[in-house]
Amino acid sequence: MFDQIVAISLLNLASIPRRWGASLVIVVGIAGVVGVLISVLAMAQGFNETMNRTGRADRAIVLRGGSQAELSSTLSREAAQTIDDAPGVKKDPSGHAITSDDVVAILSLPLRQGGTTANVTLRGVGPRDAELRPEIKLIAGRLYQPGLREVIVGQSAQQQFSGIELGRKIAFRDSDWTVVGVFESPDSHASEVIADSEQVLAAYRRNLFQSVTVQLEDVSSFDRFRAFLTSDPRLSVDVKRENEYYAELSKQLGTLLTFVGYVVGGIMAVGALFGALNTMYSAVSTRTVEIATLRAIGFGATPVLISVFIEALLLSLLGAVIGAGLAWLFFNGNAVNTLSGNFTQVVFHLTVTPALALVGITWAALIGLIGGLFPALRAVRRPVVEALRGN
Amino acid sequence: MKYFPLLWSGLWRKRTRTLLTLASVTIAFLLFGLLQGVNAAFSHGVEASKLNRLYVQSRVSFTESLPIAQMTQIEAVPGVDAVSFANWFGGYYQEPKNFLPSYPIEIGRFMTVYPEMLLPPDQVEAMIKTRTGAIVGVEAAQKYGWKIGDHVPLKSAIWTHPGGSGDWDFDIVGIFDWPADRNQTNALYFNYKYFDEARSFGKGTVGWYIVHLADVSQGGRIAEQIDALFANSTDETKTQNEKEFSQSFLKQFGDINFIVSAIIGAVFFALLFLTGNTMMQSISERIPDFAVLKTLGFTDGGVLALVLGEALLLCVTAALLGLAAASAAFPAMKTFIGVAELPGQVILLGVALAILLAVVTGLPPALKVGRLAIVDSLRGR
Amino acid sequence: MENSVSLQKVIKAYRRGKESVEVLSGLDLDVPAGEFLAIMGPSGSGKTTALNLIGGLDRPDAGTVEVCGERIDHLSNSALAHWRSRHIGFIFQFYNLMPGLTAERNVELPLLLTNLGKAERKSHVATALEIVGLSDRRKHRPNELSGGQQQRVAIARALVADPTLLVCDEPTGDLDRQTADEILSLLQTLNRDQGKTVVMVTHDQKAADYASRQVHVDKGMLIEPEARL
Repeated sequence: MFDQIVAISLLNLASIPRRWGASLVIVVGIAGVVGVLISVLAMAQGFNETMNRTGRADRAIVLRGGSQAELSSTLSREAAQTIDDAPGVKKDPSGHAITSDDVVAILSLPLRQGGTTANVTLRGVGPRDAELRPEIKLIAGRLYQPGLREVIVGQSAQQQFSGIELGRKIAFRDSDWTVVGVFESPDSHASEVIADSEQVLAAYRRNLFQSVTVQLEDVSSFDRFRAFLTSDPRLSVDVKRENEYYAELSKQLGTLLTFVGYVVGGIMAVGALFGALNTMYSAVSTRTVEIATLRAIGFGATPVLISVFIEALLLSLLGAVIGAGLAWLFFNGNAVNTLSGNFTQVVFHLTVTPALALVGITWAALIGLIGGLFPALRAVRRPVVEALRGN
Repeated sequence: MKYFPLLWSGLWRKRTRTLLTLASVTIAFLLFGLLQGVNAAFSHGVEASKLNRLYVQSRVSFTESLPIAQMTQIEAVPGVDAVSFANWFGGYYQEPKNFLPSYPIEIGRFMTVYPEMLLPPDQVEAMIKTRTGAIVGVEAAQKYGWKIGDHVPLKSAIWTHPGGSGDWDFDIVGIFDWPADRNQTNALYFNYKYFDEARSFGKGTVGWYIVHLADVSQGGRIAEQIDALFANSTDETKTQNEKEFSQSFLKQFGDINFIVSAIIGAVFFALLFLTGNTMMQSISERIPDFAVLKTLGFTDGGVLALVLGEALLLCVTAALLGLAAASAAFPAMKTFIGVAELPGQVILLGVALAILLAVVTGLPPALKVGRLAIVDSLRGR
Repeated sequence: MENSVSLQKVIKAYRRGKESVEVLSGLDLDVPAGEFLAIMGPSGSGKTTALNLIGGLDRPDAGTVEVCGERIDHLSNSALAHWRSRHIGFIFQFYNLMPGLTAERNVELPLLLTNLGKAERKSHVATALEIVGLSDRRKHRPNELSGGQQQRVAIARALVADPTLLVCDEPTGDLDRQTADEILSLLQTLNRDQGKTVVMVTHDQKAADYASRQVHVDKGMLIEPEARL
């Protein structure tokens, strides 16, 4: 049986050049489906990954009660102090709580592409931010000096916006701020501009923070920390684990992207399926006489069936590989930026992972199998004698 | 058209094949309708922009406030007809997911600057007289079942009272309509006075100003003048016309246009192969038929036209089916994209594409058939 | 009597690869109006080629072809097409009907090339189908008709535009004896009662006997009937 399958399959494949036009239909159609599917899913995945990597389970973020994002939250100095002093917060060797009282504002800066302006997050952080957020690493220049109007910019922010290279000045709130350093960060902070919180407060004439982020003693300290704050009648706050907070922010867009990917991909897949059916029907009918002859000679119906599947599968897989390859070529590593929950731009990188490629290949295989099924059945159901007489 | 039966019979020679091809093309145009429709929906706001309105926001960012004191200075700029203002309230009804676009305004100024908004004069009066008065748009009222006289509590994600509560109470005193852009009737407007008195911080500030111009051509000059007024102050401004304002907002979502075009491009590329292949096969199989038509007296050009006609019939029919399906899907998507129907221009574009597809895929076999020599192509030769 | 067809010194060659095979080598043939002519000959003799030239499906390499008073040997493709639609009715061995069209629609085809309105076309089609005796089958598709019936439809199609000349290529080649006789009788009737000139190529002597005159073609040349042994 196996040799029969191989023999017929080889015959099939050898005759493909004669039917290259029709065969190309499957390859191109599926390449399109897989390419688009993987590209959009890569966007969703890249976005989710960036947001998921932001924040740690052993850090907590505190916002004013009822605000959904930092921007709409306000915390007074007193409230911030209470939070800093809460139980469960880790202290450094000198006894200071490892926390940062953050001021968050939005800057409008010109995009590199297109020149229109977009929003970027300006985060004013506390003096112990380096201890709190060790993942933020300077890769050029130096840290801003407290007391001066200096900022450090994230690498991703620099990629997307113009005019914020090392040494340049950004003008806002009636003074010029010098870019003295560039930092990298594995999460969404890489799309931000960071400065000393007191300087930012002074410039904006505010006395309210947006959030307080604390380093917990350990992961389990969260409940203690939270209980203390929520039971304080003077405070009205929301306390979340940092990673959960960011995950929620991104949920909507992440879900939307995934949804769009599957819907668009799904529609295209149905279209490609029809194309595949078309091609395989035509493949089978062009070779009606050949197939009938094989069967008259003694080849079983099943090997014929399987060989049709094999042809459809191979063509589909070829299409999948091309589609995945194109998606990888064009989009892998590409930086895309879009509006995130905080009303600012988040830069995330598209990653075409092996897992995604597998999704694409699976879809292609399914399309190929279904596309080959009905034509294959038709090929073997036709009475041999009738088929031998030709069309 | 008298040739229709002939074209029709040509298509249905191989029923399965034609059906499958038709299905593929229909699906491609369904996708086209959906994607292009979404694309158009996004740029809808830009299209509807009026150029005789300017928006003045903080230069630092849209989310920064401006002092209300700036208003008198803006009003004094020559060419400025009227000035209104608004704040971003961030309101929601009961749950965060019931987000309601809500803005504190001064009703008189607002309606001068937005003459498209329709509100009966007695309701305008009521709004002025009622401190906690609010007007809702027709669609918002429908969605939540609100009527005049209803008491509506909203929560604000941003603004709190001294005490910490984010709960704000309103009384519905009017329902407004905005025929030119129904989307606008999903909003709620209330009195700035109440807002400013009851909020715990940011008193005396507004989110942005809206400036109504007497003469559209003066827009550029006036925008510059306004910004010059506050340059080098602590509250620098950025003034744009409505179109630029909408566009810059859109741009933040990323290059949707590019993504949509890329996907559609990929789809149509694949479709080209599919349809081209089908047409080529179908016509090749029927060469003897075309030879017979030539013996009857159809000219080379006539037969070429028949093939193109068949291609057109197939592609345009499928395109119309796909676009119709997309059209039917739009009302269901309204909640996501805010547009209830497939724009007419998308349909036109779709049909044009279908014609192009038909010509491109139909031409090679049409030429082949036009050129064939009768005696070589008749059956049995 | 005027000649419907007049071929003079016609030469036609076909190219097969690098070789050129001369099929007709200076053929002379006259067909008087109103005649029912049978052209016979072995395969490869050039009889079909001659028929193609008479029907305006092809052009000679040399010589003249005059049909119904017009020189058609130098007409362009589109001019020939127009001419064919007005003057010639074709009948083939394998009927060559459009499988997807009903008998009615098939017969209507030549009329689509005219300016006749829908009602007029319908009326001409009905007449043609009546002449061949197939009015009750007019809504049937070819796959629902027997060989003889299909050929009748083909004849109706050939008649519908009222041509002067009917050109038949082995019209009974695919039919059984009885049906063949019916078809040939029909052709005879059309020739005698309606004055149609019929030129028929056949290898079947019994079919040729229905004609008013028979000629033989061999190696591209006409062989006088008297010379045949």
